[in-house]
Amino acid sequence: MLSIKNLHAGVEEKEILKGLNLEVKAGEVHAIMGPNGAGKSSLASVLSGRPNYEVTAGEVILDGKDLLELSPEDRAREGVFLAFQYPVEIPGVSNVNFLKTAMNEIREYRGQEPLTAKEFMRLSREKQELVEFDAKLVNRSLNEGFSGGEKKRNEIFQLAMLEPKLIILDETDSGLDIDALRIVSRGVNNLRNEGNAFIIITHYQRLLDYIVPDYVHVLADGKIVKSGDKTLALELEEKGYDWLKS
Amino acid sequence: MASKKQLETPLFERFASSEDVALYQTDKQYIKDIRKAAFDLFRHHGFPSTKNEEWRFTNMTSFLKDDYLLSGLATMLSTREIDDIYHAVAHQLEAIKEDGIENPYRIILINGHFSPELSVLPGAQDITIGSLNDNMDAPAAMEYFAAIADTADAANSYVALNTALYANGLFIEVPKGKVIEQPVYIFNVYTADRSAMILPRNLVVVNENAELTLVESIIDHTSGQAVLVNKVTEIAVAKNAHCHHYDIQTGQNGLRIIQRTEATQQTNSTYNNYTFTFPGTDIVRNNLTIHLNEANLESHLYGLYLTAGTQLVDNHTEVHHKFPNGESNQLYKGVLLDKSRGVFNGKIKVYQDAQKTNAFQQSNNMLYSNDATVNAKPQLEIYADDVKCSHGTTIGQLSEEAMFYLRSRGLGMASAKKLMVNAFAFDVTQKVKLDKLRSFLEQKIQQTIQ
Repeated sequence: MLSIKNLHAGVEEKEILKGLNLEVKAGEVHAIMGPNGAGKSSLASVLSGRPNYEVTAGEVILDGKDLLELSPEDRAREGVFLAFQYPVEIPGVSNVNFLKTAMNEIREYRGQEPLTAKEFMRLSREKQELVEFDAKLVNRSLNEGFSGGEKKRNEIFQLAMLEPKLIILDETDSGLDIDALRIVSRGVNNLRNEGNAFIIITHYQRLLDYIVPDYVHVLADGKIVKSGDKTLALELEEKGYDWLKS
Repeated sequence: MASKKQLETPLFERFASSEDVALYQTDKQYIKDIRKAAFDLFRHHGFPSTKNEEWRFTNMTSFLKDDYLLSGLATMLSTREIDDIYHAVAHQLEAIKEDGIENPYRIILINGHFSPELSVLPGAQDITIGSLNDNMDAPAAMEYFAAIADTADAANSYVALNTALYANGLFIEVPKGKVIEQPVYIFNVYTADRSAMILPRNLVVVNENAELTLVESIIDHTSGQAVLVNKVTEIAVAKNAHCHHYDIQTGQNGLRIIQRTEATQQTNSTYNNYTFTFPGTDIVRNNLTIHLNEANLESHLYGLYLTAGTQLVDNHTEVHHKFPNGESNQLYKGVLLDKSRGVFNGKIKVYQDAQKTNAFQQSNNMLYSNDATVNAKPQLEIYADDVKCSHGTTIGQLSEEAMFYLRSRGLGMASAKKLMVNAFAFDVTQKVKLDKLRSFLEQKIQQTIQ
């Protein structure tokens, strides 16, 4: 599904990703761990097309499409979803209105008819239940006054609604208490299927107790320096990252 | 003479020497006296330059170069033009009128002159609506006309000019105890086949226990002529009375609007003003001044300005808290596109006797382009010691992070911007109590952003 080859990228002439390679197949869950400043969040930013990031070399192909050529909205319409580390509060924009607009623009891009109000409501209710998202929050302004946990749960609700194929969770566990972490993880697990793939960026092993990855990669100094299965995460938890650096 | 504080313009010379125009033959003596005094003030002060603090950011020089005709407009409209105006009004009414109102009050003012032929006044027994000149004998007119709007300050010499030279205007009086449930729609039609100065003059009196909702809008038929509208509206809100005043400001290039709306309130009354200014006009200068002349009353002033091109929109507010337990609330928001400019100057004056005053003011601006500018200035003068007053000003740009967030969910640039601007304007638009008018305004905001 996703193929990243020799990716070099940075911000304001500072190179952060220095030749990153990664292959992700449909149905897989990849965890990316690594020390602070290794480039984990930069990878998420580059994949989703955050402005200010500049790609200097390499390629990112999603099901045959060159992602780097596309605007952030077209990447989303091709099926990329970034769950933000810090979801943005936008007072005055209703969650519902925003999601409906997003879904219909994605549908239009794919040559599908827009959803009727009824279809949208039905889908919204179904997905709220699936990811345990409070109906009251759906009708509020986008993330305004939401707690940290509610914001992350809203990310998962949006993910459920948009049904993307490549999902990047950028430190979704940060700032979550154990209950919220469980709910968010349950939501993610309910959304896993043969057709989609997850890249989970995290500092800590504890999220991976709930969302069990197929592969674990260590990102250090802009490159993947070690890959393994889920036991690698436990090893990292025990030993830290220093043993990989030399 | 502070000669540097006034603009040197041939227009001033011409107006200042046209005293005969001022002394309308048919006027009653008391009106003649008012005109004469105002004219002297205008001649003394001239048009304020940017040296006048109240006009510091609004340079009128380029708008006072045109050879404006002072009278003679509007009396000779062709049938075709009347037809056009009729249809334009019907069209606009359809867009802003609340659902379920079959036959609303429609006041048509052509260049400030009340048109009895085009206006529709279904409940004439409930409310007095007519031309100012026809109602000058009304006790309310004698009490309030030219008694509310300030002409003495050099900054207000446009008001002095209007008072001296206005030809006719609108008079509305709601009798005691009468609650007019339906909004009264006022269509300010401007039409000119050459450059002209138009001097609309309105007086609105809402008596004890009465209530009135005014919705003003503009029909611009000036077809690009340089037209300076110098408008004065005086409003008296009596004890226990409520006045809700919506002002929708639109127009084409060439239209320049300088207006002063000044209201005086008595105890337990409310005056609410909602001013929405859209792109098109060259300049809009709104002076909105409220006198809380008794205790226990409230005023809410809401403004939204969307500016584009090289437009300048200047909102100057003054709220005078003179007695205890008054409450005022100001919320002004601006979205500035292209090379446009916005000015907000909000003055709150709390007099020594006005204890327990609550006065709040907020001005937020979003620069939508790198070439747009805003000058925002809060001015608080507080002479009482037991009051709650606050003010805040922000000037920002479209948040890049928020834009990226929306786009990362599949929204295109255009929809993302639209959502953001609507969200920014939301605090003000949600204050509009009339549902249809609110959705009209929301749509107009969206169109502007596209």
